[in-house]
Amino acid sequence: MRRAAGTASPSAAIEDPVRFIDERTSSAALLRRALRYLFPDHWSFLLGEIALYAFIVLIATGTYLALFFDPSLAKTVYHGPYAPLHGAQMSEAYRSVVEISFSYKAGLLIRQTHHWAADVFVAAIVIHLMRIFFTGAFRKPRELTWLIGLLLLFTSLLEGYLGYSLVDDLLSGMGLAIGYSVLVSLPLVGGPLGLLLFGAPFPGKALFESRMYIAHVFLIPALLAALIGIHLALVAARHHTQFRRDRRHTERRIVGLPLFPAQVPRSLALMFAVAAVLFLLGGLVQINPIWQWGPYEPWIGTNGAQPDWYLGWLIGALRLMPSFDVVIGHYTVVPNPFWGGAAFPLLVLLVLAVFPWVERRLSGDRSAHNLLDRPRDAPNRTAFGVAFLGWVFLIFVFGAADRVYVLFGVNYETLLNVFRIAIWVLPLVAFVIVRALCRELQQSDRIDLERARAEDEAERAEQELRARAQPIA
Amino acid sequence: MRRLRLLLAAGAFTAFAAGTVALAQPQSGIVRPSSEPAEPSVALGAELFAGNCSSCHGIDGAGVFTPRPGAGDISGAGPSLRGVGERAADFYLRLGLMPLEHIHAQPEIRRVLFSEKETRSLVAYVGSLGAGPPIPHPEPARGSLATGFHLFSEHCAGCHQAVAAGGFVTGARVPPLQRLTPVQIAEAVRVGPYLMPRFSTAQISDAQLNSIVAYVRSTNHPDNRGGWAIGNLGPIPEGLIAWLAAIVLAMLCLGLGRRLRG
Amino acid sequence: MSAWRWLVGVLVLVAGRLLRRRRAAEGPPDRGAHAEADVASGVPSGREASAVAPGPQSRSAELVVALLLLLAGLAAAGFVVSYALFSVASLSNELLGGCIALALAFIALALAVFAHRLVPVEELEGDYPGTDADRQREVVEIIEHGGRLITRRRMLVGAGSVAGGALGLAALTPALSLGPLWYTAPLFRAPWRRGTRLVDEAGTPMTAASVEEGTFYTAFPEGADREEIGSPVVVVRVPPSQLRLPAQRAGWAPFGILAYSKICTHAGCAVALYRKPTFRVLEPEPALVCPCHYSTFNPATGGTVIFGPAGRPLPQLPLMADSSGYLRAAGNFSGPVGPSWWGVRLGKAT
Repeated sequence: MRRAAGTASPSAAIEDPVRFIDERTSSAALLRRALRYLFPDHWSFLLGEIALYAFIVLIATGTYLALFFDPSLAKTVYHGPYAPLHGAQMSEAYRSVVEISFSYKAGLLIRQTHHWAADVFVAAIVIHLMRIFFTGAFRKPRELTWLIGLLLLFTSLLEGYLGYSLVDDLLSGMGLAIGYSVLVSLPLVGGPLGLLLFGAPFPGKALFESRMYIAHVFLIPALLAALIGIHLALVAARHHTQFRRDRRHTERRIVGLPLFPAQVPRSLALMFAVAAVLFLLGGLVQINPIWQWGPYEPWIGTNGAQPDWYLGWLIGALRLMPSFDVVIGHYTVVPNPFWGGAAFPLLVLLVLAVFPWVERRLSGDRSAHNLLDRPRDAPNRTAFGVAFLGWVFLIFVFGAADRVYVLFGVNYETLLNVFRIAIWVLPLVAFVIVRALCRELQQSDRIDLERARAEDEAERAEQELRARAQPIA
Repeated sequence: MRRLRLLLAAGAFTAFAAGTVALAQPQSGIVRPSSEPAEPSVALGAELFAGNCSSCHGIDGAGVFTPRPGAGDISGAGPSLRGVGERAADFYLRLGLMPLEHIHAQPEIRRVLFSEKETRSLVAYVGSLGAGPPIPHPEPARGSLATGFHLFSEHCAGCHQAVAAGGFVTGARVPPLQRLTPVQIAEAVRVGPYLMPRFSTAQISDAQLNSIVAYVRSTNHPDNRGGWAIGNLGPIPEGLIAWLAAIVLAMLCLGLGRRLRG
Repeated sequence: MSAWRWLVGVLVLVAGRLLRRRRAAEGPPDRGAHAEADVASGVPSGREASAVAPGPQSRSAELVVALLLLLAGLAAAGFVVSYALFSVASLSNELLGGCIALALAFIALALAVFAHRLVPVEELEGDYPGTDADRQREVVEIIEHGGRLITRRRMLVGAGSVAGGALGLAALTPALSLGPLWYTAPLFRAPWRRGTRLVDEAGTPMTAASVEEGTFYTAFPEGADREEIGSPVVVVRVPPSQLRLPAQRAGWAPFGILAYSKICTHAGCAVALYRKPTFRVLEPEPALVCPCHYSTFNPATGGTVIFGPAGRPLPQLPLMADSSGYLRAAGNFSGPVGPSWWGVRLGKAT
């Protein structure tokens, strides 16, 4: 067996541990396959890893915070270093977070990194989701991976929401009241369900803080970790999809870089880069300065209260709704917040979840796919994706309309009326335009292909002529 | 394709420029006497009032209660200024809230077009229209930040936002308060300008007002120990930065996962 | 400050570009390299034929990697030193964050350089795993074989479902103690009774005379828990001539003083804004506004919704003034407080 020049003979330093492990775990065959698992050579396959590494940063920073946070709503009086809160009444939870921010070295850094990591985590999932959707990677045999990914997305929304609501500051307390209202707005079961989870009408029993805490630091992270594990296992089991870059890339053959030694340093580099960016944000850009908002009391409110960005689509929807409860007799069948706070996100989840099967039915394409589409290769899917995401995005943007008014002077009521129409009209327009665009691109691709083929043929014909013209030597 | 892109860019730019220009229209001019005395005086104030204010506020500040056409095709209507005192006049004039371009415009903090002398004259004149409250003199140094923050949260933050960054109430923009002087803050609380509630000494004592003023002034330099505060506006700018970071990381993937063959 | 982030990003991209240029200068990759470049031993050469030569070794790249790692170590040490040196009050968040971020960024850079220069990069081919119809059949047969002795499958499955279902239900039952499930009466509760005095946040009783027009007050029931959703009320005063209350609430506003639940009926935020016109001719009527979704309520007409998504008017508290001039509740709210649920119109505030 020849080896590349310059490598040393296999050292005992590597042989001994490998033998040790295989003797005790019988995993040599698995390791052999895993080390040479192939990753397609395209940058977009790294996008999901951004989310994964953000999750790791969340676990690490979250563990630190859990060691200093006091999940108790017991009332206390503040006597710390922040002057505007001197003598103020607050919960132990809030006080402990102010203390983490002010009185422990690196406490604020880790708190902010944790919060930035949560925001970036969800953004990375959305970017990854868009890549999966627009390349058709969700098709058979990867529908389960897609569903688990959706579950991961929506679970992480809940996790983030609970996380920043634990602090019991004014901003998140207002958000918790809204969450409670959406919960009790569920038809028939909402009221009892709200009472069950909160223990009492809002703000609920003091014990609710403990319930949020255990959900946020244990139950949901365990669920997320399990889902991520299954997600990655499914990806590995069916192997990554790939773009059809040349004739070697087929539905049967995958071409790519092996996990070891090619992919490992790249992925590790990305992991450290993600951590670097998150800690950079945590150190340089302030986020959630809860001492400026003050502690939560049910009878005070601040203007400009917003949820974290990944729930902004819900506040947009809640604000866009016209004023009505659906009342039949004396039964309030559908209270108003249900539409924006529950129906809307559930609808989005549903549409995304059933999409693989709907597409199969509508396109008639029921075969398995390991090759990816370029977005232009599936005009209907791409157009629908742009339109649907555009619908969600416009609603999301409206959630900031009051701030737009304050900053740019565009009247809020005007924005409200415009957006109530725009959220329906613009996606339809986008659908038509994007589909036409995709078809145009496909057309120009076809022309290019034909031209290339014609040139190839012409060249071949020319060579033949020349060969025939040559006198036989 | 390229031409379309150029067209779109040009269109967007034109719209933006036009919008900016439209929004930045300066107030129409101030009417002033051809020669003014050297010192502020009630008489000067009366002249200025007649030329700039009476079309809406009526002769002698009696008020105009049904909109009627006034000078230069501007219809006028405005509350009576009898008894509002120097306090209200000082507040509205020094912040440029008055004069209004047209009666349905919202009073907004703007560049003051009157000179200092003219402002004082107008204030004196309005103050002379019946006995009214004088300009207040708050003492924020005697107030406490903690009390101020507590009172501000209860009475003010709903409209002005927890760190006085401004906000929205149905029908009006609420201004941020960083640029206000202590006197102006005190005036606003007592006057209740435009749609703002007015808080008398019975509801907020002078001592409490000192604390509120101290807190509002402190919002000029909030404790931003976490780094760049991105406007102290909360999750909206935070979300923008998070997306920026996510996109930067996605671009890093471009660098890390580059293709083997060109 | 975001310049840091751009710097890191630019550095990585530039590093990648430089490396790519250097690689190109060394000549195009050898398309036909095969097993001699394959470091993995014992592999049938047909299966893992490497399509790109791994490239020459590079001592300079190794040096760069080592240097970057050392710099990372320095930065991390900077974190530890800063942590030890400065007090809590003087330790800047930017310094700590910058140190850690630099350390991590240098490691990332080192790994990136490592990945592009020091690692044999091979483009390999492999098979996608297929489905195994034979094994599927075997699995099905095994399962069927296992059930060969069963004659009444449906009966057993039915019985199993009963057991499983009941056990599942039993497992969930303790969750019922989380809160009152069927008993939704707490949602109607508000701690106001006829005669309850209104007090401010400090506990001082409110007199009717102290309530002025053009401003708003927050009040609570004397002796009750302020944090209860039914406790806080917002009190305003309008000229009695402007009152347009429903007929049955005619006496609810002595001297034009009105009290409403301060909890928005839309989504539970505090209705913390009050809009009062200076000049009613040109400006909108007085209104209570919620900062969350801008539900706007008209106090003069019984808390009706005049803007925003709220589906139910603000519950009004009937007021009366006692002989000493103190404001007292004349009864409970006109309706349940807080956000709406299925049964919100089925009962009164209790």
